[in-house]
Amino acid sequence: MALEFEKPITDLETRIAELKTYGVTSAVDMTEEIALLEKRLERLRLETFSTLTRWQRVQLARAAGRPTALDYIANIFTDYQELHGDRAYGEDAAIVGGLARLEGRAVIVIGQQKGRDTKENIARNFGMAHPEGFRKAMRLMDMADKFGLPLITLVDTPGAYPGIAAEERGQAWLIAQSIQKMTRLRVPVICTVIGEGGSGGALAVAVGNRVLILENAVYSTISPESCAAIIWRDAKEAEKAAEAMKLTARDLEKFNIVDQVITEPKGGAHNDPEAAMQNLKTALLEHLAQLEGLDESALIRDRAARFRKLGVFEEISA
Amino acid sequence: MTLERFFRRRPPQQKEGTSDDLPDLWGKCPKCNAQVYNKELEQNLRVCPTCGYHHRMPVKKRLEGLVDAGTFEQTSGKIRATDPLEFVDTEPYTARLERSRKKTGREGAVVAGRATMGGLKVMLCVMDFEFNGGSMGSVEGEEITRSMELAASEHRALILVAASGGARMQEGALSLMQMAKTTFALEELASLRLPYITVLTDPTTGGVAASFAAIGDVVIAEPDALIGFAGQRVIQQTVRQNLPEGFQRSEFYEKKGFIDAVIDRREHREHLTQLIAMLTNQPRPEVTALVIQADPPKPPRGGLFGRRG
Ligand SMILES: [Zn+2]
Repeated sequence: MALEFEKPITDLETRIAELKTYGVTSAVDMTEEIALLEKRLERLRLETFSTLTRWQRVQLARAAGRPTALDYIANIFTDYQELHGDRAYGEDAAIVGGLARLEGRAVIVIGQQKGRDTKENIARNFGMAHPEGFRKAMRLMDMADKFGLPLITLVDTPGAYPGIAAEERGQAWLIAQSIQKMTRLRVPVICTVIGEGGSGGALAVAVGNRVLILENAVYSTISPESCAAIIWRDAKEAEKAAEAMKLTARDLEKFNIVDQVITEPKGGAHNDPEAAMQNLKTALLEHLAQLEGLDESALIRDRAARFRKLGVFEEISA
Repeated sequence: MTLERFFRRRPPQQKEGTSDDLPDLWGKCPKCNAQVYNKELEQNLRVCPTCGYHHRMPVKKRLEGLVDAGTFEQTSGKIRATDPLEFVDTEPYTARLERSRKKTGREGAVVAGRATMGGLKVMLCVMDFEFNGGSMGSVEGEEITRSMELAASEHRALILVAASGGARMQEGALSLMQMAKTTFALEELASLRLPYITVLTDPTTGGVAASFAAIGDVVIAEPDALIGFAGQRVIQQTVRQNLPEGFQRSEFYEKKGFIDAVIDRREHREHLTQLIAMLTNQPRPEVTALVIQADPPKPPRGGLFGRRG
């Protein structure tokens, strides 16, 4: 389904497709018209996607049809063996993970998983984890650490689930513990925000030696809707909030919150998932190659140094 | 009718009559509605003498109540917030900051410094709810991180008193990153076996609850403090049902197994000192009793029964 601002593009696409069919069935030569329209389509795409507002990026980050964590896992990795359960309370389908191979190299992969349709979204709680989800992630981190396997995480969540049971089971504590566990891992850790990086629920699996982000993904301390609800007392002001929050990949790059912005195919990852996945795979391999030269304590120091620098303030001269 | 009951029925009324007639000598406890003589409340570390309700505690008073008299030496306050996002909502972030600075006389929501407690060397970080709701931005994260580093290099135990609504929206993801930055800094303390104790006060929520506040070696909380990850309004909107009685309060989390103990503020001084002494395997220190100077309570002018109408 097309987003509001994508509509002129999809309309044009439909017309071109119609013309092509007509050309075939009627044997009238439509080549020139089609070429003209395709040129116009190209220009329209370029215009639309080079002037995206931050709110439009948020919509792209959440777009139906955008590749999810399991899509990336299936495409980028081989031999994926999903491991379930947190060994304490239950299984949380909002976070997936297990063993896999990346170009033959065994790794642990953890992903925050949204549903690809309504039914799956309900089963996966729209990618919003409960404490048991974070506990499962921590169990997989321990496994990576124990067996010396690099850890790859894929971040895509509106946030940790804000529900009664989640709070009862210590949502704040599990997020804090997961962050802390990531600070201690003796293996390379590469985290990529593939869609929505929502607040503490995202950070809980995003404390890496490298933090990457897809071009149209967003990462923020609160969702634009919640920000708007607090400041303007109206969630409908989310568009304003998104602008103020500077939550796009390029914004984050400026503040060194992310190390690399991974290019998405024209029209966004959902328009050409294969290309998006290939770009991410290339980046993962590159960063992994750089990190595999570091020993255990150097990996921890590297990660600590990366986060130590984050923040903007000024020294008061005496 | 006994005299006592007569007193109860006609307590001195707050803010009635002219202001010079009745200065702010008396306050009202929001929990039990009892009239409290403000000086008595201060002597009681702002705990209601009638019902035990813990009023919010100004940072300076908090520190006085915890450390050996005259030993606190502030290390924070050498950095100030900028406006990296150029964040404007209903007003610019810079205006919000200015207001908080004026209100508190501080540059951020964290006051940190060295002190001794029962003679033991400690480092303290106290969050100030009066500064933008105690929210954590770059400055707050940096102050806490530096305090952790300083505690490690000077071999001090660290006590952190949390009071915060969470990460500061106006600094976007930079605020979020402080959760990780501070957590990294705890590693050095841990490797030196220096205790890190957190005290959760009302409120401790959001990104502060979900990072350094939750992972103390010992986590204590003041009675009835609001604690948790998500705010109650958000939860209510999500689950569309009433929240259970006492939900997300200190006692609730103690029962659920996430807090070591709910401890009355008046006992923190003794309790924290003894904890640090035991964790660092030192002999039992003597903790001097806390004396807060205050005049004896005087009834408000206009008579014991206050003014009526
Ligand atoms: Zn009371």
